[in-house]
Amino acid sequence: MDCGVFLVRLMTALVVGLGLISCGSAPSAKAAVKPVKERKKAPEFSLKDSTGKALKLSDLKGKVVLLNFWATWCGPCKIEIPWFIEFEQKYKDKGFAVLGVSMDEEGWKDVKPYVDSKKINYRVVVGDDTTATLYGGVDSLPTTFILDREGKIAAVHVGLVSKSDYASDIEQVLAK
Amino acid sequence: MPVTSNKFWLNSALLLVASVAPALAQSVLSVIPPESTRMKVGQVSEAKIHLKLKPGFHLNSNKPADEFLIPLKLTWAPGALETVGVEYPKPAMEKYSFSEKPLSVYSGEFEIVTKFKAGTRGMTTASGKLRYQACNDTMCLPPKTIEIQLPVTVE
Repeated sequence: MDCGVFLVRLMTALVVGLGLISCGSAPSAKAAVKPVKERKKAPEFSLKDSTGKALKLSDLKGKVVLLNFWATWCGPCKIEIPWFIEFEQKYKDKGFAVLGVSMDEEGWKDVKPYVDSKKINYRVVVGDDTTATLYGGVDSLPTTFILDREGKIAAVHVGLVSKSDYASDIEQVLAK
Repeated sequence: MPVTSNKFWLNSALLLVASVAPALAQSVLSVIPPESTRMKVGQVSEAKIHLKLKPGFHLNSNKPADEFLIPLKLTWAPGALETVGVEYPKPAMEKYSFSEKPLSVYSGEFEIVTKFKAGTRGMTTASGKLRYQACNDTMCLPPKTIEIQLPVTVE
């Protein structure tokens, strides 16, 4: 093969490759709600709330759930929390619940003061590596899943997205 | 172009993705300690750790503006070298879309300087730990602690 052609092809391969990397690692600006038949079951877990009481994900079956992985050290996560407080209040009567899973290493020692200071009105549990692994590692925070009434994953958002994107997802999933 | 040739180039691109993507996902921070450092016994000497962040990311400084944020911290294990002090660069006060007030951060390339005092001649390795937590404008990565080995010859 001609050396010039080889270099052009190599550069093409690099551009394609790096483009795929970029697509794979970029935060989702907006993740559309998946059609029902494409949804997969959200993995079950059991984690403790601030009182030590175990909460299983399946306890929320029948509700649309906004499952939010967050941490007190995560700035973008904190922007979303007031939105989630509002969603919990606004959609509660339609069969909706927010569940926050904190990934703080120090657990309730760090999380409880924050939850109390922000007057968080939805359920919060402290997560662990096992739970994170079940949900693909949760390498970036915030990572938020919208679960339908069957406990299946209808939408995923990695990174901060707009309040209107969340509201749109919730309303779509509640409607079905 | 023959089909087999097209396949070759597509495979090359996918192979490249497979080999490079995990490295990008694993760390946004490159930490480069000096390959070796020479110090004089009884004197205070400096060792500079060079850090390079992926564009778009920042680390909280050693004194973040918010009590919940995780500071950058370099610590050295007790050993043949006495740690006299660790000096961090001056942080930048940056405003992000997710923060109401400016945050004290590092970004780009910077150095942390450690001052050591060597007590005895010979070769040794200082063992350090660097704890950091990185974010960009829309997401944060979990805190990480990485080990640093600093080979030192004390003359």
